[in-house]
Amino acid sequence: MHKLNLRRIDYGGIFLYLFLTVFGLIMLLPLVYMAVTALKPTSELFLFPPRFFVVNPTLVNFRDLLLITGTSAVPFSRFIFNSVIVTSGIVVGGVLISAMAAYPLAKHNMPFKSAIFNMIVAALMFSPLVLQIPQYLLISRSGLMNSYFAMILPYLAAPMGMFLMTQFLRQLPDALLEAARIDGASEWKVFWVVVIPMLKPAISTFALFSFISAWNDPYPSMVYTTVQEMKTLPLAIQTISGGAGVVARVGTLAAASFLMILPTILVFILTQRMVLQTMAHSGLKE
Amino acid sequence: MSSEMITPAQTGAVQMQPTKTPGKWAQLWLDIKKNKVSYYFLAPFLILFTIFTIVPIIMSVVLSFSYYNIIETPRFIGFSNYKLLFVDDDIFLKAVGITLKFAIITGPIGYIMAFLLAWLISQIPQKFRFFYTLCYYVPSITSAVAMSVVWLYLFAGDRKGLLNHWLIQLGIINEPYLFLQNVDSIVPVIIIVSLWMSMGVGFLAFLAGLQNVPTDLYEAGSIDGVKYRWQELWYITIPCVKPQLLFGAVMQVVGSLTVFDVSMRLVGFPSPLYAGHTIMAHLFDYAFIRFEMGYASAIAVLLFALMLGLNRLIFKVLGRD
Repeated sequence: MHKLNLRRIDYGGIFLYLFLTVFGLIMLLPLVYMAVTALKPTSELFLFPPRFFVVNPTLVNFRDLLLITGTSAVPFSRFIFNSVIVTSGIVVGGVLISAMAAYPLAKHNMPFKSAIFNMIVAALMFSPLVLQIPQYLLISRSGLMNSYFAMILPYLAAPMGMFLMTQFLRQLPDALLEAARIDGASEWKVFWVVVIPMLKPAISTFALFSFISAWNDPYPSMVYTTVQEMKTLPLAIQTISGGAGVVARVGTLAAASFLMILPTILVFILTQRMVLQTMAHSGLKE
Repeated sequence: MSSEMITPAQTGAVQMQPTKTPGKWAQLWLDIKKNKVSYYFLAPFLILFTIFTIVPIIMSVVLSFSYYNIIETPRFIGFSNYKLLFVDDDIFLKAVGITLKFAIITGPIGYIMAFLLAWLISQIPQKFRFFYTLCYYVPSITSAVAMSVVWLYLFAGDRKGLLNHWLIQLGIINEPYLFLQNVDSIVPVIIIVSLWMSMGVGFLAFLAGLQNVPTDLYEAGSIDGVKYRWQELWYITIPCVKPQLLFGAVMQVVGSLTVFDVSMRLVGFPSPLYAGHTIMAHLFDYAFIRFEMGYASAIAVLLFALMLGLNRLIFKVLGRD
């Protein structure tokens, strides 16, 4: 950290840690509760008085979840496989396409630049709910139904990713780009060698975000597929648990929710590590 | 040189100067050709974006002037959808009120909270940062669907609800309070849960942006007489992360005005006496329950206009450099 902090190890610092820790733990509580609920046996789920922690933890909820899914015609692993394919397609493709679009919009000077940028940012604000019907018509007319493409293509050009990366590129100095150009690098090379490394924090932020939304979204598989083999995890779980609010399966639902959230936390840990590491060796800090 | 001097005066009479007009277009074309690499970079994004976003948006806007129930072909009915919305649809006006009430509270609070927390985290040593980022970000990773298990239990209306149980134990209330059914408490509950989930993409962008601020600026600042941390924040940090601040603000406006998921999972749909009915809920109602796509599109266009207006304001305040 910078000088100011090293000099003052003061009450302010102690208070800062105290505040961050207490508030952080409060923020985590509901999540802890969910993990705990997933481990509760039925006898403890509806106890009175209610109890926060579990006394006799059991894995019965997870077993129930797998048993219910075991009776369906398609193995559970197939849903996981579909989800992984679709999500990684959206994340990798989306990051690349958005980064490529952000580079000229932030650092080049060309006709229609601000018009294109403004248009994309404006589109960010149009309600996705109403776009679903026209998008569905496009997909079904083009014969892409029941393919991975149908679940990936509509989500590749994400205005949010473009916007985020443009804003990051604006923060970074032009000098590095100039240096590379003077050394005779082509624009494509500048992009890969200079821009992409500089963009790493934005890339991992957006990758995390697009992973989460793609992973949790049951909609594409609900609408763009008609066969069981092409369904993804969130839709499968939604159908298994019988929807939210079904009392008899609170435990199973908690277990399913827990399983859904686990990969997102893992991806979060991976991408955040990347942000912090990039920062530590950032070319900006001499 | 001289031709450039004359051009502004001639703009009023473009048609009279046939030799100048093609010159301008040719200049533009030359510019485009000179920058063709930039357009190659943009092409994949723009093509997909046009097909899957621009075309659907245009289709929706056109549909908003028609009656369309998905089965029959759309029938053009002019402005009646919009007229109906403003004149006869009381529930829509109520939804606008609830959405604005919600957005005015969660928008600024969520935004400021996200920035302050990101700033505080950036003040502590690198090795501890990860844990705190995890604490604050994890709530927004979880989807509303997954977390409804927890919140429904916490706010449940009988004595088995955790919050009611605690409040009764403490002697604050005598009988269980119906948090999720009572018209007065529905909006506050939605606000609390949304704030809990509000450390979204804006928070992460702030965090990454704050770490990108060149260290020597702080050194220069301390030489120039910056003494306190808040001075550092105001004079050095905030100007440096302006691009991220703008991004965060736009995302916050979009997020606060489209709240719906949390409301639907917590208080159901439709909510008791429409107390948790937001614009998005209204849109969902007409689009996917009544299948009146024309009317739903009109709602979407209005919501779009509302956000666009608010974001104009934000761009003015945080605007370009």
